Amino acid sequence: MGAPGGAAPPEAPPAYMQSRIWREEPEADNPFAARAAYCHGYDIYGDMLGHAGWADMIYLLFRGEAPSPSQAEALELLAVALANPGPREASVHAAMCGGVGGSPAAASLMAALAVGAGSLGGAREVFLAMEAWAECGRNVGAWEKRWADPAPEQVGVWPGAEHPAGFDPHGVTASTPVRQVLDGLSGLDPASHAAWLRANRPALEKAAGHPLSLVAAAAAAFVDLGFSPAEGEMLFLLMRLPGAAAHALEQRGLGHKRFPFYRLDLQDGPREKRP
Amino acid sequence: MRGPGALHGRVGRVQSRMGACFVGSHAVFRGKDLHADLGDAAWIDLYLFGITGRRFPAAQLRLLEAFWTYTSYPDARIWNNRVAALAGSARSTGNLGVSAALALSEASIYGRGIDIRAIDFFLRARAAALAGEDLGPWVRRELDARRSLAGYGRPIASGDERVGPILELARALGLAEGPHLGLAFAIETSLLEARLRLRMNYGAVLAALAADLGFSPREYYLFMHPAFLAGMLPCYIEASGNPEGTLFPVPCDGVAYLGRPAREWKRPPGGGP
Repeated sequence: MGAPGGAAPPEAPPAYMQSRIWREEPEADNPFAARAAYCHGYDIYGDMLGHAGWADMIYLLFRGEAPSPSQAEALELLAVALANPGPREASVHAAMCGGVGGSPAAASLMAALAVGAGSLGGAREVFLAMEAWAECGRNVGAWEKRWADPAPEQVGVWPGAEHPAGFDPHGVTASTPVRQVLDGLSGLDPASHAAWLRANRPALEKAAGHPLSLVAAAAAAFVDLGFSPAEGEMLFLLMRLPGAAAHALEQRGLGHKRFPFYRLDLQDGPREKRP
Repeated sequence: MRGPGALHGRVGRVQSRMGACFVGSHAVFRGKDLHADLGDAAWIDLYLFGITGRRFPAAQLRLLEAFWTYTSYPDARIWNNRVAALAGSARSTGNLGVSAALALSEASIYGRGIDIRAIDFFLRARAAALAGEDLGPWVRRELDARRSLAGYGRPIASGDERVGPILELARALGLAEGPHLGLAFAIETSLLEARLRLRMNYGAVLAALAADLGFSPREYYLFMHPAFLAGMLPCYIEASGNPEGTLFPVPCDGVAYLGRPAREWKRPPGGGP
């Protein structure tokens, strides 16, 4: 390959990537530098910049169209609600483990992604809850049947589910923030899945045996926004990273002396060094 | 226990049968003093002990290590390796690049996703055979239900160059006579007789051998975690040694666009920033 401005290669390389999302036009002097970039046909730097928000861009990337005002508002609401699960939550705690030891920034976020990917309050649970929405819809009886007679799980890399997706196995009642998120989403669209979930929360919680969690609210919102379970899983991972990042940096500054190491009760093996 | 009762007693402490570090004194690994009791163990021996709580004879360790060796390909085109290589080219750290490459290896059409499904398949097939099931129809039902058989066929090739060497080693070590491996061959024969052209690949052979060595699906899945690791590091090193950004460069016209034509962005009425 020639240097910038140098001779072109003898043969054009094959177009070995394909995308429905992204198109770039090259600068006249360099085929590897983009003069313009289009997302689903919209000129990002020439047209959207300064006129579109973060939620617009996220929705456009995944759904291929600009969101309506209420869709953008719902996504913004959810982004605020999910941005920081707080330092008690496992994925943020994991990111703080990266911060406290001075691991690279990416390692802290990878830690948050790995821990926050699972089926207890994580992205896998969002995926499973959205699959349940697809199967059960707005039918309380269908949800009750799903939990009473769960389909057999196939062995795979994910551990088996230990509680109904979207519910908190350690909860007593739906927490205030969960109810506030459902209130907010319902206020934006009284006909939404989120509004149905809010209205039917007592019956669903009774059938599930657990209170609703934030995962359920997020999954309902993703369904309302037209996202697939796989898209909801990705977005949930993405939208919880800001808090992980901020707490990792905060913990880096606080240092290891202000981060718990915890007591360990060893139940097997020598507690004392052998002479 | 429902509710926060399961959490109250665990605040600020962890209970473990697996081990602990007594800083400045000693370390316990699954009930043993790491340095006094396990100091002579090979790393793979310790690794397996950590996963299973069992120690494996030397011949089995030799075979199990070969599981990894024979699939360590320093080819930067392979998807997971490519991540390690791209990290090198983009001047990220080796640890980040290789960690991400290993994370990718938990894929649904190769790597850990296949490993755990394949050993589960053989354990269930063996149980079905012992229960008197006719293997051919049982396998066809599996294929119909799951649309694929983990360990049979291969995403980008018809043959598998790793099968011969690992079987040769297993035979040399006297570890190729187990019932699950025999079943794996019998299933391949039934598939070929049904003209399904699903040949047994390396994943099937390893899973069957592992089942014969007594692994559970979860143990085997965890054991295989570093299987591709040795091939990833050379990919990172080579890309790191080349001029930055020169691995797999893609010109703008190297991405074929299949989407909507150019259109004007319209700020949503009554909304937006």
